[in-house]
Amino acid sequence: MLTKRLIPCLDVRDGRVVKGVQFQSLRDAGDPRELAAAYEAQGADELVMLDISATAEGRAACLDTVASIRAELSIPLCVGGGVRAASDVAALLERGADKVASNSAAVRQPELLDEFAARFGSQCTVLALDAARIADSESWDVVIDSGNQATGIDAADWAAEAESRGAGEILLTSHDRDGTGEGYDLDLIQAIASRVRIPIIASGGARNARHLQQAFSAGADAVLAASILHYKTTTLAALKADLAKAGIEVRT
Amino acid sequence: MSNPELVIMRTGVANLASITAAFRRQGIEPHLSSSPEQILSAPMLVVPGVGAFGAAISEMQAKGLDQALLERLSQGRSTLAICLGMQILFEGSAESPDFKGLGFIPGRATSFPASVSSPQFGWNRIETDENCQLLQPGACYFANSFKLDHAPAKWSAARARHGESFIAALEGPGLLACQFHPELSGRLGQGIIKRWLASSREGSGSC
Repeated sequence: MLTKRLIPCLDVRDGRVVKGVQFQSLRDAGDPRELAAAYEAQGADELVMLDISATAEGRAACLDTVASIRAELSIPLCVGGGVRAASDVAALLERGADKVASNSAAVRQPELLDEFAARFGSQCTVLALDAARIADSESWDVVIDSGNQATGIDAADWAAEAESRGAGEILLTSHDRDGTGEGYDLDLIQAIASRVRIPIIASGGARNARHLQQAFSAGADAVLAASILHYKTTTLAALKADLAKAGIEVRT
Repeated sequence: MSNPELVIMRTGVANLASITAAFRRQGIEPHLSSSPEQILSAPMLVVPGVGAFGAAISEMQAKGLDQALLERLSQGRSTLAICLGMQILFEGSAESPDFKGLGFIPGRATSFPASVSSPQFGWNRIETDENCQLLQPGACYFANSFKLDHAPAKWSAARARHGESFIAALEGPGLLACQFHPELSGRLGQGIIKRWLASSREGSGSC
């Protein structure tokens, strides 16, 4: 039986880890390589690194960061941010990513997912889906460009389409909950899980083990956490111990 | 580097960075090669996971790597096959029914039951036969949609469950075949790689 995965997320800008609230107000959270090694030692099941650099120099620095993390890391590494073409995927895989997440570019050009899956395999084709709840409804809008742009696309429809195009996993972020510590958007997880068979990584809003447990119950296979780990509100080991007590199977 | 100790078979667009990094951490620099001579004669060979079954088999055939690998395996030369690298050694796979595998390991790869997620992505606990030398029980990282259901006679096996029991790894003379990714399986995976290197080096002295 697969264990439920806990995945620290490093948002990296110009070679440094940063974290904000609802994708804004970024502050420094440390050195990516040091954090990656520390999280693996604490029991991380995987690592996600999102490159949020705005410049070409920042992007180049991130490729170096991927290589330096890979040299140390003996768990899977998923990298996303600014992936626009197969050549971007190839460059990241070459530096040591095991999976590559695409977000805005896949929304603008969905056939990119078919291309990535055919060339690199579904196992390394991850869809990063940022969703914002439409007020007073059980529907979510896909948002792109770091949450700045609404698309009018239904998140559940997009998840199903991405699966049919060959995505092997969905990194599902609630834009409303990101960095808030209010808990994951459980309705969103349920809505997406009911439409796809591929694994879902829930992201946005975690503060404690109970939030993680709720996300797993709602249908997530893995959970992403950033703020609570970077700012040492808790540790992966403590979260896993609490989850194990609650009867959730985790890797220890 | 005319006579490298460890060769990783290069086919297509396989992601070789993680497996390369795992060996570097053990202090050995792997040499990437798609030369049939090196695939046959390298003291140690890694056959990595590479895309889809049919595409991998065709590419190996085009380069003459299938025969080189088969000959190597029949001579019992130390080989580590990972994920799809393991599956191409079977007789065939439900992934590409029109293609024949190398047939070194009896059996065909099948898909997971509809009741569970596929691909199988994540950490699954493996249990090992008593006579396993290199494998040990614990959580290993898998990323696969196909697998072998039963261990062929005379092979030592590790098993895991995803909907139903499947073969997580096989140990036989000269060959360690892992359906999971030892290079991504944390400390446990590093231990398997370390023991494989040590046993390969021991074995090479005796033949």
